[in-house]
Formats: sequence, C-alpha cells, structure tokens
Amino acid sequence: MASITIRGVKKNYAKTQVVHGVDLDFASGEFVVILGPSGCGKSTLLRMIAGLEEISAGEIAIDGTVVNRLEPRERGCAMVFQNYALYPHMSVSQNIGYSLKVAGVPSAERQQRIQAVARTLELEHLLDRKPMALSGGQRQRVAMGRAMIREPKVFLFDEPLSNLDAKLRVQMRSEIRKLHRRLNATSVFVTHDQVEAMTLADRLVVMNGGRVEQVGTPGEIYTRPASRFVATFVGAPAMNILEGTVELDGLSLLGGSRRLAMARTGLPVGAKVAMGIRPEAVRLVAPGTAGALNATVDLVEELGAGRVIYVDLDGAPFSVMTSEAVHPEPGSQVGLKISPEDMHFFSSETGARLDVFKASVPEPAL
Amino acid sequence: MVERTPFLNFFTHLILFIGFIFCIAPFVVVVIAASHNLKDVNDVPMSLLPGSDFWVNIKTAWTTADLGPKLLNSFIMATGVAAGKVIVSALTAFSIVYFRYPGRMLIFWLIFITLMLPLEVRIVPTYAVVANVLEPYQAILDLTGISWLIEKVSGVQVQLSLGLLNSYSGLILPLVATATGTFLYRQFFLTVPDELTEAARMDGAGALRFFIDILLPLSRNNMAALGTIMFLWAWNQYLWPLLITTDQSHAMAVTELKQLIPNVGGIPEWHIAMAGTLIVMLPPLIVVVLMQRWFVRGLIATEK
Repeated sequence: MASITIRGVKKNYAKTQVVHGVDLDFASGEFVVILGPSGCGKSTLLRMIAGLEEISAGEIAIDGTVVNRLEPRERGCAMVFQNYALYPHMSVSQNIGYSLKVAGVPSAERQQRIQAVARTLELEHLLDRKPMALSGGQRQRVAMGRAMIREPKVFLFDEPLSNLDAKLRVQMRSEIRKLHRRLNATSVFVTHDQVEAMTLADRLVVMNGGRVEQVGTPGEIYTRPASRFVATFVGAPAMNILEGTVELDGLSLLGGSRRLAMARTGLPVGAKVAMGIRPEAVRLVAPGTAGALNATVDLVEELGAGRVIYVDLDGAPFSVMTSEAVHPEPGSQVGLKISPEDMHFFSSETGARLDVFKASVPEPAL
Repeated sequence: MVERTPFLNFFTHLILFIGFIFCIAPFVVVVIAASHNLKDVNDVPMSLLPGSDFWVNIKTAWTTADLGPKLLNSFIMATGVAAGKVIVSALTAFSIVYFRYPGRMLIFWLIFITLMLPLEVRIVPTYAVVANVLEPYQAILDLTGISWLIEKVSGVQVQLSLGLLNSYSGLILPLVATATGTFLYRQFFLTVPDELTEAARMDGAGALRFFIDILLPLSRNNMAALGTIMFLWAWNQYLWPLLITTDQSHAMAVTELKQLIPNVGGIPEWHIAMAGTLIVMLPPLIVVVLMQRWFVRGLIATEK
C-alpha cells in the first residue's frame, strides 16, 4: 500500500507537449480511475508513474519517495497492459512467475506463490498452457496474475478491458473490483469508457487535452460536472447543451428562438451561457404544455428498459431518455419539460461551471 | 486472391511440374553418371539408364580425394560460420533496434554498406588482414610514431603478428561479418510489440535478461532460417577457402572436388567426379531436410 503524489508533472515529445502540469494526490489503498478521450494524456501519465516514460518536468512520489529517476522495477509498481503483453513462448505459470525468476526467488517458493495466485484467479487448470491457447478473458487474468504475484505497492491498469467483449468486460470489471477490495493496493486505472470508470472508481480523474478537468467521486462528477467537457463526456447519452443568454426572468435559447422562463439564477443578465441538461432529467409532456419546449421527434432508440428519443429543436440536436411507456412516432411533436434545478450552466467562453443560486421556481406563465 | 477453377488448377500444376523437372534434371544426370563405369560414362550420348557401379564409384571418390577429413573441415567451417552469424547478427540487431545512442544510424549504415562489399570484392585486403590480424594496429603504431618511441626507450622493436592462414578462425571469421543476418533479425525485432518490452521492464528484467529470456526464444524460427542459409552458403564457399588453405589439413570438401575432375589429357573419370559431387552435396541436403519446418516459418513472418 502506498500513496502517490503527482506535482506539476509535464510531458513533452520533442516540441509537442502532451501533459500540461498535472497535480494529483492518490491516497493509500484508493482505486483511482483516470478517464478521458484518446490522446488526452491519461496513458502517458500512467506510464510516467510506472517509469516507462520519462518525466519532462515536475515530480512523482510513491509513498513519499520521489521516483523520477528510479527504474520501473524499483518503484514497486505492477502494470496490466491493454494487449495483455504475455510472453508468447512461456507457459501461464512461467508468465506469472517471470518477475520472481528475475528477482532470484528460489524455485520452490516461486511455485508456491504461482499456485496461490492461480488459485485466486481460478487459473490452476491452465498453468501449463501457452497464452496462444487461452481465451481473451483468461489472458487478461494471467496478465493480472503476473501483476499480483509481486505483491506490488501500486497496481497500474492501462485500458485492460478494452479488448474484451461486452459480457466479459462486465465480468472482469467486478473481478477487478473484488480483487482490489481483497488486496487493498493503491490502484490507478486508465480508461476511455465512462461506464467502466463510474463503476470502478473510488475517485475519478477526468482528463482532457493533457489537463485535469475534474477530480471527484463518480457521483460528484455526474451531478456537478466542473466544466462543459466533463458534462458532455460523462453520462450516456451525453448531456444536451443549448447555447443561450441570461435574461431578467428566464433564459433565451438558440439565438432567441426559444425561451425558458425561470426565477433569478444569480447569473448576470445578458451573460452568454451554455445550458446543460441530462437526457434523463428531461420530462416528456404533451406538445403545447405551458413552460415546455416543443420539438419534433427524429428517431427513437429502444433500449428495453427505456428509450432514447432524439428530437430536433430548431435544428439543434437534443436527446431525451425516458423509462415511461411512451412511444412517440418520428415526425410527431412532443413537449420537453426542463426543471431549473436540473440545469447546469457553463460559461460560453471558458466552458467552466457557473454556480447558480438554487431558488424555488414558480410555474412560469407563457 | 485465390482462384480455383479446374483449368487454373491444371495449369498451375503444369508450371510447377515443369519447374520441378527443370530443377531435378541435372541432379538426376549426376546420379546416373555416378553409377556408370568409365566406358559407359564416356559414351555419346551417355545412357540415361543407371549403371551398376554406383557404390564402387562412391568408394573410389572417397579415397581418391580423401573426403573424410575434408568433409569434417567443411562441416566445422560451415557450422562455425552459421553459429557465429546467428549470434553476431542477433546482438547487432538488438543493439540497433532497442537502444538509442549517438552514432546508431552511422553504425546501421556501416553494416548496410557491407552488403555492397561482399568478400569477393575486398578479398585482397581481407587476405592481408587474415595473414596478420595485427597488421592494421602495427600500421597505426608506426604512423603515430609510437613504435619508434618504444624502440628508442626500451630497445625492443615492435613487431605485432598474428596469422590466421590455414586455421579455422581464418576460414570462419571473415565469412561471419556480413549484414544479411542483421537485417533479418532487425525486421523481426521491429515486429515484436513494444508492450512486451515494457512488460519485461515492469517485471524487472534488464536489457540482457530481456534479450536472452524473451527475444531469443521468440526468434527461434529466424535463427533456424538464418542458420540453414548460412550453413549452405558457407559450405559452398570456394574462393576464400581456396585462397587461405594452402595446407591440405585444412582443405575444404568443395575445393578438393577439383582433384576428382579429370585434367586435360588425363583419364576422363567423370563417373568418379560425379560420385564425389554427390557425397559433398549430401550434408547440406540433410541440413535443409531437417531444418525445413523452422526454416520456412522463419522466412514467412505470418505466424501469430
């Protein structure tokens, strides 16, 4: 178990900077997920913690020891790779035990520890097979076994589930979670899959363009996204964003073609804002209902438990998720009811979250 | 695209068959000639029905050219070249692919250039070096005046000399230093995923450990292919062994075949010459047959 401290870490490749000064603290035993789109620098950050990538500026400390100049093997980290990276010519037990062999652990003890790890991961019957003869999920487990056997202070996962099929991914997700609860080692997990991120994380780090956008529990990130990027990146389907201008008693949307009446928000009148609303927070009402926005249905996606309804709002795409038994036909009119307390506001210029006074909202008269 | 129609099947097989006949025909003629006696082999045209003297001819060829020790010499030399090449090429390719150091590209191109300077082209300087391996160093000492200085101070005249003529090292070493193997390995190393290298680093393996534990076992097929090719190539060397083995005890089987070839005006014992050829042909043939499986796998890099 170890804490990780990241201070002002930057990464340059020749002239391009891919990580722009990251500061993070991971507590001992915490499961941290770094989430971001591809190319946001999340893998680079992980690889800098592992020691596979040089740190251009700043410092990384594991358990209070600055590790910038240490070799990967001296840092006490173990890593699970996206493509498993198993040694193809070695059997499963040789793969798992390789790090011990390198470390000069005597054969008897090595076998014992391999057996113990194999038991935990239910790999005992596969120990003599070559990686080629394993399924994707089994390979993944071997890769985890190889990381576990060293009893590392820190587990690093680099998108380890992205090569698995959907069902296996869900299964491995809960296995990783269970494993973490048992081993209680500090874990850093990199992914671009937000469901994976939300379900696994004690704490979530959202990155974009080499910068940290927000750090928080999955709940915090979902309910109070710190920026427009986080708001649209986390949550599926993505949060709807409508550009608008703050007025004295409401919000003028889409260049003035639509208007939502609402009480004072605390935002300066005339400010350009981006109003965000989650598809699952929108209620469908009969078209023409007072205070609702009228829209034309484009497409309905059936999900079984509910459906996503894509509507056209004066040319702007907008989606609604509902679990009610409504099945509007494409081309028909619906009313969209949006409660002010579900709205998120972001600055149109910087994309940063704008905090509003939560006030009770009277039924608007239109 | 693989197309299968009866006509194409027939046609491709026909081409294959013609090619096969083309390749095998000279070999068949050699076997038949080796089985005739002196009179039959000199008939014009020579009878294409095998004679009955095959084993007699083989025996005569063996004793006349004293092939036993010569085959052993050839075998030592070819094995040495193949092994040296497999090891040296693996090391050079490892250095070029996996390390970043100043002058790396320069070294890469220097190795590349040797492709354009085969032994036949640089045979005179190579001979000079093998005759006295330390000659270049002596030249440096002479030019810089160090040997003069040493002579003045200690009275000892510096005369470095280490000759490799008529030795296995002299036969083998110049043939080991060529670039083809390095490139074969390089291409293979470039296909090894980076993640494997990184996984080994995370497991605590240093560079040499990674090379021995991971890279070499993975390049088994390459090594077999390279070893086979080099064995054949070294076995068939003619000019170099001829040049540096003046002593019969180090003569090669391929060069000694010349003894069996009838001189102008001599007895035209072509049946003996052909029998000797067959004997000398045999070891490489055995090597190819034994190594064929790995050999093919090493050259087609599609194995997953």
